[in-house]
Amino acid sequence: MSLAQNRPKTEAATAGMEAAAQDRAWEPLIVAFCCNWCSYAGGDLAGTSRMQYPSNIKVIRVPCSSRMNPLFILRAFQRGADGVLVAGCHPGDCHYSTGNYLVRRRLSAFKRLIEFAGLEPERFEVRWISSSEGDKFSEVMREMTAAIKALGPNGKLRDGRWRKIT
Amino acid sequence: MPRVGVFICWCGTNIAGTVDIETVVETARNFPGVVHTADYRYLCSEIGQDLIKEAIKNEKLEQVVVGTCSPRMHESTFRKAVAEAGLNPFLLEVANLREHCSWVHQDKTEATAKAIALLRAAAAKAVLNAPLIAPRLDVEKRALVIGGGIAGIQAALDIAEAGYPVDVVEREPSIGGRMAQLEKTFPTLDCAACILTPKMVEAAQHPQINLLTYSEVEEVKGFVGQFDVKIRQKARAIDATKCTGCGVCYEKCPTKTESEFEMGLAKRKAIYVPFPQAVPNVPVIDRDNCLYFRKGRCRICEKECPPQAVYFEQQDQILERRYGAIVVATGFDQLNPVEYGEYAYGQHPDVLTSLEFERFFNAAGPTGGKVVRLSDGKPPRNVVFIQCVGSRDKARGMNYCSKICCMFTAKQAILLKEKVPEARSYVFYIDVRTAGKGYEEFQRRAAEQYGVAYLRGQVGKVFPDGDRLTVKGVDSLSGKTIEIQADMVVLAAASVARGDAAQVGRVIGINSDQYHFFNEAHPKLKPVETHTAGIFIAGACQAPKDIPDSVAQASAAAVKAVGLLAKEKLQGEACTARVDQSGCSGCLYCEAVCPYGAISAVQIEEHFRGEKLTRIVAEVNAALCQGCGSCTVACRSGSINLQGYTNAQILAEVDAICL
Repeated sequence: MSLAQNRPKTEAATAGMEAAAQDRAWEPLIVAFCCNWCSYAGGDLAGTSRMQYPSNIKVIRVPCSSRMNPLFILRAFQRGADGVLVAGCHPGDCHYSTGNYLVRRRLSAFKRLIEFAGLEPERFEVRWISSSEGDKFSEVMREMTAAIKALGPNGKLRDGRWRKIT
Repeated sequence: MPRVGVFICWCGTNIAGTVDIETVVETARNFPGVVHTADYRYLCSEIGQDLIKEAIKNEKLEQVVVGTCSPRMHESTFRKAVAEAGLNPFLLEVANLREHCSWVHQDKTEATAKAIALLRAAAAKAVLNAPLIAPRLDVEKRALVIGGGIAGIQAALDIAEAGYPVDVVEREPSIGGRMAQLEKTFPTLDCAACILTPKMVEAAQHPQINLLTYSEVEEVKGFVGQFDVKIRQKARAIDATKCTGCGVCYEKCPTKTESEFEMGLAKRKAIYVPFPQAVPNVPVIDRDNCLYFRKGRCRICEKECPPQAVYFEQQDQILERRYGAIVVATGFDQLNPVEYGEYAYGQHPDVLTSLEFERFFNAAGPTGGKVVRLSDGKPPRNVVFIQCVGSRDKARGMNYCSKICCMFTAKQAILLKEKVPEARSYVFYIDVRTAGKGYEEFQRRAAEQYGVAYLRGQVGKVFPDGDRLTVKGVDSLSGKTIEIQADMVVLAAASVARGDAAQVGRVIGINSDQYHFFNEAHPKLKPVETHTAGIFIAGACQAPKDIPDSVAQASAAAVKAVGLLAKEKLQGEACTARVDQSGCSGCLYCEAVCPYGAISAVQIEEHFRGEKLTRIVAEVNAALCQGCGSCTVACRSGSINLQGYTNAQILAEVDAICL
């Protein structure tokens, strides 16, 4: 059985919550946007070092964390993601010199905005993971999965009209 | 809908062991646009690549998706394969099924489900891929070497010998670096100056090398092939074109201060050359100590200088130059062990660091080459060497081995015995590490022929005891506590990154590890490259290193730089930002966030209701754009997009993953 089938149906936000309560096998879906130079490479190192982490995390590669339009994050929540992670180089180490300073400012404002909109702020995190921090990568992935599991399914920003196509 | 082909790699059992390939291929067949699927044991092999090429031709594929290892590993391999089959190389997407899936998950069901999700996202993105053409960029045929120590000198000489001009920027008034401070070098005991100074002179006289001493790099902009660098040439207050290096000025100068070169153990004048063999042999006025700069009087050097070279009004000069490649060789510092209070450093004049102790052996050093106690001027009887001060020290967060200390301690113990035959040396060590050609033999010679007593164990405390020092430690082999009445204690303090290494790394645009040593691009296979193309590292700025290793690494970095400079043109970044001028309002928020100055305003003409209008819009210079995508987020109307990572593509990936 695939993960997608395991996840709650998305008829309505509340239905998802109820399904989760009944279905013990509920697994959260977490979308991680990783910058190509540090965090994606950190993920590669976690792989090379066989550092296990939950398969709930699916990584999307972006050139720089500053490529992250907040709309991408909203789209993920809308389409049913239970958590979103943006990971980039440590401040000061950006491959493009200043990208992660921009993202730090943009996304800290964005985090407050989604909190204002009623979403649990813990569902969205920004982390700095360098290319040599495979251990940190897997650690963040484990932490994030545990945190989202504790929160339960995302029912707030989810678009009830969105259905599976396959 | 373009015709998409999906290819899955088993990677032997690396992917196939945890991911059910058959299920993945079956599922992929139903992805939108997919007309062909295949899997193979090793897709990166020649047969595997041929499989892709054949399919592109036979199935008339327009987009290719591969489910393989990380794109950071083999993306370029598959791009090349796709291009050989006649497709644009950017019509390829990689799903990372190995590093991000099969290697980090054990449950086959979970891993298979994730592999499908990742592949679906890649396919959804691929459908929207457009052919891209990378700009061809010029290469400035000139290299910059930052740091004039042995690594920097070697790199500069190698690049210059290959026929390219090199500028060497050195912060101090002379090149030479740490090696110039050493008396002898292990394991051959040849004198450091005798092998270094010829190289310094060679560098200075080489027609292709331009030494910029007493200078610092202030700004690095641009990218591989075209780095625009700002260099501050600090004012020496000497006209170097007139100075003959006669030395009258520093003989006559009345002001004395501590010599940095002598580690503060001797005095120098306010106008000085750091050491007698300095290259260039042009003095510098230290403005913090010079009487004229401090109080407006004196000017003795100006009066005494035979060629009238003293020039107090000289100002710092900013030099702006373009370089094709940069070699960073900024070297290291020795830890100041004053925080390690148990060793009484700074509390007693006869507790020294090894670099300070090294100066005692030098004929031009603070003691004129005599090994004597600083407290009473008498030669020492018992000298205790303490190893691993600030290295291999987990409790203080300094986990790494400093690498060179075991060897220089053996060397100093031998030199001590030769200078003061009646002296006894004791070395407290954790392990003796002598990996290197002739190193083990050298250290054994110290222990066996020179009678150096090696004591395995750590020193608990050094007590100043009258005019002597009591060293208390434990011999961990016998378990006994040891007490030694020492006349001198020498601390093998850790080699650490330069105090401002993090700041320097930031200016140059390369990153460093937790100890601020600069990071290489790959710990094994790219030892001199950095993550920034065109910038290379050499010597002890990367990790503690001895002279042979530094020189080898410098030559390696030089070859890499020369390989780059030898290219006619470089291939630029293909995934660049592009402005849709019809939607652009000309607010230029994008220009403000661009770190490369790649965006500028242009005036365009438009015809509107029979009228000719002009308006301002943004334009991207594809040669300068590096493809970070910051601008796309700043754009309020969504009129600027990043090719290869368009808004539509990323949203398609999100949708596909959230299915």
